[in-house]
Amino acid sequence: MIEVDLAQSSVRELNQRLHRIGPGDNEHHWQVVNPNGAHAIAVGLTAPVHIEIRGHVGYYCAGMNAVATVVVDGHVGTGLAENIMSGLVRVRGNAAQSAAASGRGGLVVIEGDASARCGISMKGVTIVVGGSVGHMSAFMGQSGALVVCRDAGHDLGDSIYEADIFVGGKVASLGADCVEKEMTPADLDRVAALLGCAQIAADPERFRHYGSARRLYNFRIDHAAEY
Amino acid sequence: MVSAPRRYSAAFSPEIIAEIERAADEGLYRIRGFGTLRPLPSFDDLVLLGASISRYSLEGYRERCATNVTLGTRFAKKPIELQIPITIAGMSFGALGANAKRALGRGASAVGTSTTTGDGGMSEEERAESKILVYQVLPSRYGFDPAHLRACEGIEIVVGQGAKPGGGGMLLGQKITERVAEMRTLPAGIDQRSACRHPDWTGPDDLTIKITELREATDWEKPVFVKIGSARPRYDVQLAVKAGADVVVLDGMQGGTGATQEVFIEHAGIPTLPALRQAVEALDELGMHRKVQLVISGGIRSGADVAKALAMGADAVSIGTAALVALGCNRAIYVGDYAALGTEPGACHHCHTGRCPVGIATQDPVLETRLDVAEGARRVRNFLTVLTMEAQTLARACGKSHLHNLEPEDLAALTLEAAAMAGVPLAGTDWIPGRNGC
Repeated sequence: MIEVDLAQSSVRELNQRLHRIGPGDNEHHWQVVNPNGAHAIAVGLTAPVHIEIRGHVGYYCAGMNAVATVVVDGHVGTGLAENIMSGLVRVRGNAAQSAAASGRGGLVVIEGDASARCGISMKGVTIVVGGSVGHMSAFMGQSGALVVCRDAGHDLGDSIYEADIFVGGKVASLGADCVEKEMTPADLDRVAALLGCAQIAADPERFRHYGSARRLYNFRIDHAAEY
Repeated sequence: MVSAPRRYSAAFSPEIIAEIERAADEGLYRIRGFGTLRPLPSFDDLVLLGASISRYSLEGYRERCATNVTLGTRFAKKPIELQIPITIAGMSFGALGANAKRALGRGASAVGTSTTTGDGGMSEEERAESKILVYQVLPSRYGFDPAHLRACEGIEIVVGQGAKPGGGGMLLGQKITERVAEMRTLPAGIDQRSACRHPDWTGPDDLTIKITELREATDWEKPVFVKIGSARPRYDVQLAVKAGADVVVLDGMQGGTGATQEVFIEHAGIPTLPALRQAVEALDELGMHRKVQLVISGGIRSGADVAKALAMGADAVSIGTAALVALGCNRAIYVGDYAALGTEPGACHHCHTGRCPVGIATQDPVLETRLDVAEGARRVRNFLTVLTMEAQTLARACGKSHLHNLEPEDLAALTLEAAAMAGVPLAGTDWIPGRNGC
């Protein structure tokens, strides 16, 4: 395992080392210590590395991740794994706002709570939150799934497109054009599988399903009050 | 008996009455493309002061007048080197068809300048044709792909655009084909409403960190542009600089759009002229003029506009609508198709319909064939060349051996409004309204 101490070297040095990893390299396991809330740690990765970060990180940790696995043993700042393409990002603590924003693929697991706008503009990513999410989560969610084991804040799924939301607890309120949908046997299986992938223990039977009513897909004056 | 001439209300003109009737009938705001249709103070209200006895001019046909510009000298390891200070503005694949993107890329590359992607991501056609391609990071993040971020020459964070500062993009369902929908991860045929705010940052302090993230993801190689619509350019330019931008792109009110509410196009933002002056003053106040490059867009149509913009302090200009007109927008061909849209050549602003008679602003495969890529590229190349030569002609007449040597002292204003907005003297006077307490 390669250890990088961010008290001794910079985030830029770390990222550039990670970006230089080629297909034939054996530098697969990394540990980052003393992150001290630094921003943009492990962004833009394209190699199948496994990185453990010991401590709290700032904004955009694992942003734009592809293929790599990034585990944060701490809390994370704004924009965790924003625009993730593939791979796995796991946070053992809580996440600030806009976690997995505009993510296009991969799996983001937040074992604690996620703040506002979790999954905003999501485009295919799967997000599993062990705790609760803040307001406006899955805002304009286009594709993918947001699984919330506890509660969701106000305006969940506002202006949602084709993303699916599953909530195990209470929903403070739904946003524009977001409605509760039938929880089909296929949905139950899907939630069970996603919880399994995320290694989060929860009973799929508790979850309710939310998605788009599709009333705002094409503008109609009759629906103007929805906005 | 002599009949009295008809009198029309100035407040309720026939156009206003027609719009009220339309609104009452349809219950929808008007959406259209192109840009503002009403007259605004513009570069036409300025003139350049050619040399005579007090200034020494350069030979118009013999002496060198350089045109190159480097964008991104502040932080990027690999700044962008352009042969001419005229770039192609961001326009989305979706709003434009693939052939238009191809032609713009090929034409711009032929004269050593850049093109820019748009909402909806990078199309393979524009990447293939553009030697220098700036990749936009937009609020919607439609089609955003870090592989494309690495594949571009520059990165442009779009905060706003001149046609709709404060608003998000719009692409109506008739242009959301299967390909466009797939690129944007949206259902085909829906009215796509882009977000007006970025999903993962709010405010200038966050923007600083966002820029850092993009630099980290690309190993600090590429220049980072920040594009803003002209509303409060003094503050916005300074905040963009503080946030770490290499280049600020400022889009004035005359900037075009593929589709937006008309009320936005005509009533939001300030014209390019005052926006540019305020942006230059903002950079000067920070001691960053020429260190952070300023690109101005919105209503640039001629080499005279280019020369005047550079004289006011811009490092480069960007053109969108003018480039499309060079491609054939509003050209008097397929006149029957213009009529079917309820318009005619020269008055078409129906980009939003997807029924572009000349095959530019469309996703219709039949209409798209009307734009010949090679011919379109030739026309774009020619137009960019003419703009450059016109600007050089004026610069040489002002005694300048580089377009960037043009300066505000070379300008005079023809109207009080333009003098105040551009910050140059009213022609024949030393008076700049608003300066020195006057």
